[in-house]
Amino acid sequence: MAGAAAQDHHHDHKPRGWTRWVYSTNHKDIGTLYLIFAICAGIVGGSLSVMMRWELAEPGIQIFHGLAAMVYGVEGDAALDAGKHMFNVFTTAHGLIMIFFMVMPALIGGFANWMVPIMIGAPDMAFPRMNNISFWLLPPAFFLALLSVFMPSAPGAWGIGGGWTIYPPMSSLTGQPGPAMDLAILSLHIAGASSILGAINFITTIFNMRAPGMTLHKMPLFAWSVLITAFLLLLSLPVLAGAITMLLTDRNFGTTFFDPAGGGDPILFQHLFWFFGHPEVYILILPGFGIVSHIVSTFSKKPVFGYLGMAYAMVAIGVVGFVVWAHHMYTTGLSIDTQRYFVFATMVIAVPTGVKIFSWIATMWGGSISMRTPMLWAIGFIFLFTVGGVTGVQLANAGLDRSFHDTYYVVAHFHYVLSLGAVFAIFAGWYYWFPKMTGYMYSPLIARTHFWVTFIGVNLIFFPQHFLGLAGMPRRYIDYPDAFAGWNMVSSYGSYISAVGVLIFLYGVFEAFSKKRVAGANPWGEGATTLEWQLPSPPPFHQWEQLPKIK
Amino acid sequence: MRNFLAIMSGIAALLGAAPALAAQPEPWQARFQPAATSIMEQITWFEQYTLWFIVPIVILVMVLLAWAVFRYRASANPTPSRTSHNTLIEVVWTVGPVVILLFLAVPSFQLLTAQYTPDEDPQLTVKATANQWNWDYEYQVDDPLYFNSAILAEDARAEAGKEDKSVYPRLLAVDNELVVPVDTTVRVLVTASDVIHAFAMPAFGIKVDAVPGRINETWFNARKEGLYYGQCSELCGKDHAFMPIAIRVVSNEQYENWAVAARDDLGTANKALMAAVEGDTKVAAAGN
Repeated sequence: MAGAAAQDHHHDHKPRGWTRWVYSTNHKDIGTLYLIFAICAGIVGGSLSVMMRWELAEPGIQIFHGLAAMVYGVEGDAALDAGKHMFNVFTTAHGLIMIFFMVMPALIGGFANWMVPIMIGAPDMAFPRMNNISFWLLPPAFFLALLSVFMPSAPGAWGIGGGWTIYPPMSSLTGQPGPAMDLAILSLHIAGASSILGAINFITTIFNMRAPGMTLHKMPLFAWSVLITAFLLLLSLPVLAGAITMLLTDRNFGTTFFDPAGGGDPILFQHLFWFFGHPEVYILILPGFGIVSHIVSTFSKKPVFGYLGMAYAMVAIGVVGFVVWAHHMYTTGLSIDTQRYFVFATMVIAVPTGVKIFSWIATMWGGSISMRTPMLWAIGFIFLFTVGGVTGVQLANAGLDRSFHDTYYVVAHFHYVLSLGAVFAIFAGWYYWFPKMTGYMYSPLIARTHFWVTFIGVNLIFFPQHFLGLAGMPRRYIDYPDAFAGWNMVSSYGSYISAVGVLIFLYGVFEAFSKKRVAGANPWGEGATTLEWQLPSPPPFHQWEQLPKIK
Repeated sequence: MRNFLAIMSGIAALLGAAPALAAQPEPWQARFQPAATSIMEQITWFEQYTLWFIVPIVILVMVLLAWAVFRYRASANPTPSRTSHNTLIEVVWTVGPVVILLFLAVPSFQLLTAQYTPDEDPQLTVKATANQWNWDYEYQVDDPLYFNSAILAEDARAEAGKEDKSVYPRLLAVDNELVVPVDTTVRVLVTASDVIHAFAMPAFGIKVDAVPGRINETWFNARKEGLYYGQCSELCGKDHAFMPIAIRVVSNEQYENWAVAARDDLGTANKALMAAVEGDTKVAAAGN
């Protein structure tokens, strides 16, 4: 490659000071901003979940009346009522923050921004200024979401407490007349616009800026996963935007799209929401699939097994992901034929997902496997995602979902695929690319401790929740019958352990920057074959001024 | 070990004959509540059936991962193979899951159909209207009977004669239970007056959303007398966790007596019913 040496001598004229970040049009700087943003949002969203687990550690209401008294300045019974609503605000905010402000910014804004242009041999994104506005729309969106927590909603309560799904009429004037919901809707609009702009940017970049010789069928799987994710975003987010706009006009301008009193239908919102919402969960996991493929291949020193199958399995998941939305709505009164169709379509998704799991194992088979930290996280991902995947197959069956719907079984399922799936993929990617992005090596000891503490913690949180769901405990409950106390206590302890894991992660970042162990251009050896490893660490401010040629 | 025992005892509870009053969650429970209807028995069977597929799949993936990590560790296998294609195995792991899904789909569709196909026409129709945060029940018979059912206030336990927390647990007990006769197909019409709620009864295998502006329908045929508990299952605001559903399944005779008396004075009718049910239980216990 003409790469490394020539790039080193090139003079980097970075803008200095705050303009480098605020005015940035550089995909790597914007990627870094996204990652920092995601870490901050993740700490906020994670803290909310620890507060909820603290509340749920034993029966009765422990902390939220006190919390409401502190935050909203109410006393006595008013504090109790505000506290009960505040718990719902926490579940809602936890969901929205983790989805829109943590996982998506980390995977798409962060890693994809950083690595996709490098991997496909492009100097930058296709629309660098649009990349800037994509990022800078997020902080105001996050600010509006946080602001909504302090705004009146239901009588005697503050913040939006209708769940991240914001079903009307709970989210319309009937349920929460105050301005909190309007702020949340605007926040979603802005976050959605940010993602749509990002999606357009990725699609254009990947279609038009690949280096000579890099056909789509030679493109690294992470770029494939981001391309598919970008299409899912582009097609699904406008539907959400439409739905929440109708909600906004229902609330403020007297329309009745979702109000039966005016001929509207609350279930219409659920169809629109999940037409977005189901592709959204694949948006959260697909980039993780791409990252894990790279890591498994790198540390097995083998090319990805069944590359084309892997790429088209993701395409299939993306396509089928658009026609399964109503499996979130089996109990809403769908006709039996509708339910039959959605059972069938949902089960189909298990096939391409199975292809991916088995292909990762086959990639390892016959390899020369070094269990370095990213590989540890990736293998953890494969196993835990399988656990979440098989409970997903159970939930696909409408007849069985009748018992599972809106219980902790569902909570356990989607945290196994997202919290233990997507988040493990994020950490896998973090340790994989940290030396590349910063030029410094993390401490393997701290990184491994982080893995094991997190692995034990999250399994303790979420595995017992299967039992709670089977026993019948509904989700989004601030208090539960005393019989559920045992597993809830275990789950809460798991959450404290996971919180320690987050502290270890943050310390690991601090330690790596203070020790400044130089990582070198390719710390992973011969298995790391994608283009980013041919650049120095960190890469120059502008890379690929001479385009790499792909054989 | 404790968890393992809890799982085993849960399975044992499912397999053994369930006592009449066990239709509420138990400490450390790890499986479904005992079924009180044929539908819930079928759901329970299907859930166990799916485990025969999904547990081996998880174990298979775990074993393959562990074996690969061990057998192909860099020190044991320094030279990696370059194999990246094997059409046969790719076909196998595509077709294999399809076959497994077929095995799941057939009983799944049968279960779904059964849930929408009662054996007989309903003999009693009850309309349940959800409010923030309680339930209105309306017996749709000549001279309709209707009343409200809300969570039992802790300070009202003594007056209601519901001091026994094993029978009337915190957060599950209500002031006025929905009373239905045993071995009777009961149709439940479910709607809501404000926001969306959900009518759920785990032991019966039913859950249906209560949506303002529409009436959803479900049905059950309880086979065992007893007091059964469920909880609102769609987030509905601050007291979402505090609007339980309680259904008391009694003999036909007890139901008829209660239904007549309840029109005059619901509280007295409920107390008379409780006395009658407790009398039965004591007789049954003495008979054993």
